[in-house]
Amino acid sequence: MLRLEKRPNPSVFWLWATPVLAVALTMVVGGLLFAALGSNPVTVIRTIFWDPLFGANAGYFRAQLLIKAAPLILIAIGLAMGFRAGIWNIGAEGQYIIGAVVGASVGLAVYPTENRLIFPAMVLAGAFGGWAWAMIPAILKTRFNTNEILVSLMLVYVAEAILAKAALGFLRNPEGMGFPGSRNFSSYPAARNFDLIERTGLHWGGVTALAVAVAAYVLLTRHGIGFQIRLAGQAPRAARFHGVSPTRLVVFCLGLTGALAGMAGLFEATGPGGQITENFASGYGFTAIIVAFLGRLNPLGIVLAGFMMALTYVGGSLAESTMNLPAASIQVFQGMLLFFLLGVDVLTNYRVRRPSGAAKGAEA
Amino acid sequence: MIANSDVSFTIAPGEIHALLGENGAGKSTLVKMIYGLVRPDQGRMFLHGEPYLPAKPAEARRLGVAMVFQHFSLFEALSVAENVALGMENPPKLRDLAARIRAVSAEYGLPLDPGRRVGDLSAGERQRVEIVRCLLQDPNLLIMDEPTSVLTPQEVEILFHTLRKLAQQGTAILYISHKLEEIRALCDTATILRRGRVVATCTPRERSAREMAELMVGASLSAPERTSAPRGEVALAVTDLSLASPIPFGTPLRGVSFTLSEGEVLGVAGVAGNGQDELLLALSGELRSPAGAIRLMGRPVGALGPQARRAAGLVAAPEDRYGHAAAPDMSLIENAYLTAGVRMGLTRRGFIDWPKTRAFTEAVIRDYDVRTPGPDVAARALSGGNLQKFLMGRELDQGAKVIVINQPTWGVDAAAAGAIRQKILDCAARGAAVLVISQDLDELLEIADSFTVLNEGRLSAPRPVRGLQRDEIGLMMGGAHGMEEATIAT
Repeated sequence: MLRLEKRPNPSVFWLWATPVLAVALTMVVGGLLFAALGSNPVTVIRTIFWDPLFGANAGYFRAQLLIKAAPLILIAIGLAMGFRAGIWNIGAEGQYIIGAVVGASVGLAVYPTENRLIFPAMVLAGAFGGWAWAMIPAILKTRFNTNEILVSLMLVYVAEAILAKAALGFLRNPEGMGFPGSRNFSSYPAARNFDLIERTGLHWGGVTALAVAVAAYVLLTRHGIGFQIRLAGQAPRAARFHGVSPTRLVVFCLGLTGALAGMAGLFEATGPGGQITENFASGYGFTAIIVAFLGRLNPLGIVLAGFMMALTYVGGSLAESTMNLPAASIQVFQGMLLFFLLGVDVLTNYRVRRPSGAAKGAEA
Repeated sequence: MIANSDVSFTIAPGEIHALLGENGAGKSTLVKMIYGLVRPDQGRMFLHGEPYLPAKPAEARRLGVAMVFQHFSLFEALSVAENVALGMENPPKLRDLAARIRAVSAEYGLPLDPGRRVGDLSAGERQRVEIVRCLLQDPNLLIMDEPTSVLTPQEVEILFHTLRKLAQQGTAILYISHKLEEIRALCDTATILRRGRVVATCTPRERSAREMAELMVGASLSAPERTSAPRGEVALAVTDLSLASPIPFGTPLRGVSFTLSEGEVLGVAGVAGNGQDELLLALSGELRSPAGAIRLMGRPVGALGPQARRAAGLVAAPEDRYGHAAAPDMSLIENAYLTAGVRMGLTRRGFIDWPKTRAFTEAVIRDYDVRTPGPDVAARALSGGNLQKFLMGRELDQGAKVIVINQPTWGVDAAAAGAIRQKILDCAARGAAVLVISQDLDELLEIADSFTVLNEGRLSAPRPVRGLQRDEIGLMMGGAHGMEEATIAT
């Protein structure tokens, strides 16, 4: 039987080796899964992990990677701050939707005015929308001690209902001949989140994500608030002794995640998405939870993890279309990644010992 | 790290054998091996002449080895009998078990009602639950890890009576403590460990406490020196402080009032669980009170949080090192910033000055002889005593006007405890007002100028230590139990 022994110091090696090991295990077990579905596992894994980067049409797929990674990174960084502090916002998807709806509303309200300030105002409105949506669980938690996991998660479904209302009702394109969905921002230059460099997929969302990653890293490692976040998550009583106000921390972390998720939603709606539609929500808010953990809740790790996850999206849909794999198998694949990551994470703080081996050593 | 190296000792049936040593000397590792929690890398153990190498505690218990831990593992919401049943492999029916608990507790003079809820018991009574739990297994060898640290002098007497009776019936007892006078009163033999090795075996009755302490430390000891500073102005005034406890099964503070002057050391005695933790929380700022209930140099601070109080000149050191005073998984540098950030100017415009924090951490490590590979290791990697030295240094080195400490030397070896007490006195000599909450009476009598007792959340009027008799103190503390029963009856 194996035995786990707590390490005196967390292992730095395993801190960074576990994501790699988790990816490797996902490839192996995922390969078995695809083999059971009747596909050649090596080809599937190559299609998912290799072709989007270096295969045919890689230029197009690389741009897709950036487009998918940007919102994931933006949301995951906010989530990671909360998770570090022990505040479990599971409803980033809802904050993402509301941010997109509120931000888009601002732009559509002034259509077709052309002004340079419209897009920045929409970004701010998007951030505000996400922030306000996140304040609901924050206030309920600090006032009535409700569980933020449940409240934020349930608010996702409320947000989806509002999104449907927006796409079919108050944001519907008046010139859309009755079709659901808002005006398309690609034909509204002042409100459009265009590629900063043509055909690279790099829009304002990608730039913001990278800037936020650096800022979050500095905040966590050098700033007093970052210290409070880490302390509250690791030792809540020591945090109170230090002088952390739990209420302020909850409001800060949930608000930050909400604002970042809202911004991600707005960038998506005005850029790659193009418009507010009923099925605008694509699960970025949930996938970002995996990204946050895959990146070790570390902002720089999250940047890498965001690209990794984007790869499974892009490669996954490539595998879906070229190899006729069911869409669900890709989701299983992503789920596996989180499962293995959390599973092997134990190696960071524990080492595996075989007691029988130790006993033999004692006899020698 | 090698915790134990070539340790040999024997213990005979009916013998009470003391295991003495500094913190980190390897006492805990040694008894963990005997109890099957840790495997030795080398060497052999024999129980009744048979080779003995338990793979897990259950096996050790089956072979007649029982252990009472320093920290109890009891469920407060469950009854005594339920708690005992939880620790057994095949528990009998609760009613039969209750009868056996009554029989055993009567036989050994350990009054215990199996039906009471553990949350309502005093620390001494909780320890009895643990002891009775062990006695139900008819052990041949009973290991006791620092059993008297939570007991009143009267409760210690009851415990010693029980242990002597057990020894007469042939049970071997391995007794770990660093209260040397107790060991002299109770134990037949003592094995002294230093840095994992046996340095001496002696008969405690024939040695003085000082001699044994010196064997433990490997150096000669000096008693703390006091230079009594002139009393200055009132630094801390607490007036009629009443607060509900935030801790489940905690004790509320009831009308606590006292004043503390510059240069004074006020000792607060009392059995654990009588409001000590709550008093510390109220003074550190973790629990808020009406502003005027706590005044620091005349300024009302009751409504301020911990950081604002530190800035105003009040620092506090809680008892629990792992998780309260320190974040176990954070480095010593980060733990230094935890409380010293405000007073030592370690923050600039919200950003932490890590180089300056490192310098402060290194200074504390040096001044307090903290044994650590460096300031970057996690706090949990340090032994209890070393971490305590670090945490004491962190508070005492901030030049604060008022210093509040709960259990300054809990679980710390004699040499380190002496050093910590000396530093506390040094702080008082430079004019700091110090409040020391402790369950170690000897400690309080050694360093305090005035003395008071916390009973059921009420603080007695402070009295000068000079001229105070030990029996009086015992009665003051023991009074808690009389009152406790009275409150339950109403």
